[in-house]
Amino acid sequence: MGRRVFFGMVALGAAGVVFGSTVQSRVGRALGPGLADVLPGGNLFQIYSVSDTFPAISQHAYRLSVSGLVERPATFTFADLEAMPQVRLVRTFQCVTGWRVPDVHWEGVRLSHLLETVGLRPGSVALAFDSYDRVDTESLTLEQAHLSDVIVATRMLGGPITTEHGGPVRLYVAPMFGYKSLKWLSAIRVVDAVEPGYWEQYGYPVNGWLEGSTSTTLAPGSA
Amino acid sequence: MRLVRFDRVQRAVHWASAGIFAVLVLTGLPLYFPAVERIVGRHVLIATIHVWAGIAWPVPVVVSLVGPWGARMRRDVRRFNRWTRGELEWLWRLGAADLEKGKFNPGQKLNAVFVGGAIAVFLATGVVMEWFGAFPVSWRTGATFVHEVLAYLIVAVVIGHVLVALTHRDALRSMVRGWVTVNWAQRHAPRWAREELRAERTEASGAPVPRGAGSIDD
Repeated sequence: MGRRVFFGMVALGAAGVVFGSTVQSRVGRALGPGLADVLPGGNLFQIYSVSDTFPAISQHAYRLSVSGLVERPATFTFADLEAMPQVRLVRTFQCVTGWRVPDVHWEGVRLSHLLETVGLRPGSVALAFDSYDRVDTESLTLEQAHLSDVIVATRMLGGPITTEHGGPVRLYVAPMFGYKSLKWLSAIRVVDAVEPGYWEQYGYPVNGWLEGSTSTTLAPGSA
Repeated sequence: MRLVRFDRVQRAVHWASAGIFAVLVLTGLPLYFPAVERIVGRHVLIATIHVWAGIAWPVPVVVSLVGPWGARMRRDVRRFNRWTRGELEWLWRLGAADLEKGKFNPGQKLNAVFVGGAIAVFLATGVVMEWFGAFPVSWRTGATFVHEVLAYLIVAVVIGHVLVALTHRDALRSMVRGWVTVNWAQRHAPRWAREELRAERTEASGAPVPRGAGSIDD
């Protein structure tokens, strides 16, 4: 009997691993917001802070510097970014460890637009991203950076990006796992070689493509 | 007069497992709740502690079961596995049924088996979440889901376990000092008390103890 309970739990756990993602998305839809914020299966973001605390920056004080192998190094304010052409995306946010949040709304300016604004110099190969948390870093190849669904996001979930979600401005790399979407974006440096980012130094793939991702400008894996 | 309910090995296993569980809960809180993560931060350090505490969790139980020091441990695990019809009935009626209890009441048995099963499931799903590269994304999502649901369940069960322990001081003392009074045993675990006393009498009389006799009460 005890053995039966034990192996029953193990079997139930295994079934949960294999079919849990289907159950979870149904539970999440059934619960809706509110309850879903605390209960498992409620499609909630898990918040990672790799430094001591969340860097709190106001929209007013926010600056994004773009430097390195560019024609016209620049520093953009929040208002500068908002004045640029905006794109909207609605995608499932998928963490490499498994958790995910369906139908997340994003708005911001295409990274490719920012790169056009500053102008790339010959020899530029990749981008390195820094965060206001002074710990997290990320990288993209230039080809990846030019995908139409890679944006510098200024709005998320239908409002300004909150501090815990990496606001006021963060990267959103839609065709890749969540860790590529660096929070509290402070600087973009155009460099001549890929510099693996923070999570990549812990063994996460540098090219963190989602399985079956469908990016519009380039086929995954061509970068 | 006193009877040994838990020997040194069993008490060490219980408190080591409890200590590791406390570490898992404390490190799990920031990994799960944004409000706690905001205060604690240092995600990688916390996650690393959580993972290694999780790997250590089954070690005390497994080590206690395999060696010559584990006779009592093994005997009690066999007790967890054996259920009489009366015990199932008692559990079904939430204790409102006559039952001559053995060393553990059916609730205690279920608690022990549940915690054992939970450790196995936490370990397996945790491995999928940490070494995710080997598993499809839908499995990682499923593993995360199971890990979270089970975390809620086990915290509820352990809170109940602690509350019951605090209101049953004799039982709690047996997990601290190891012994219970014969009086307590006769009241709360009569079948076990009879078994123990018979074994003692047989030993005292010098008569050869038949193999297996007196080793199990249920």
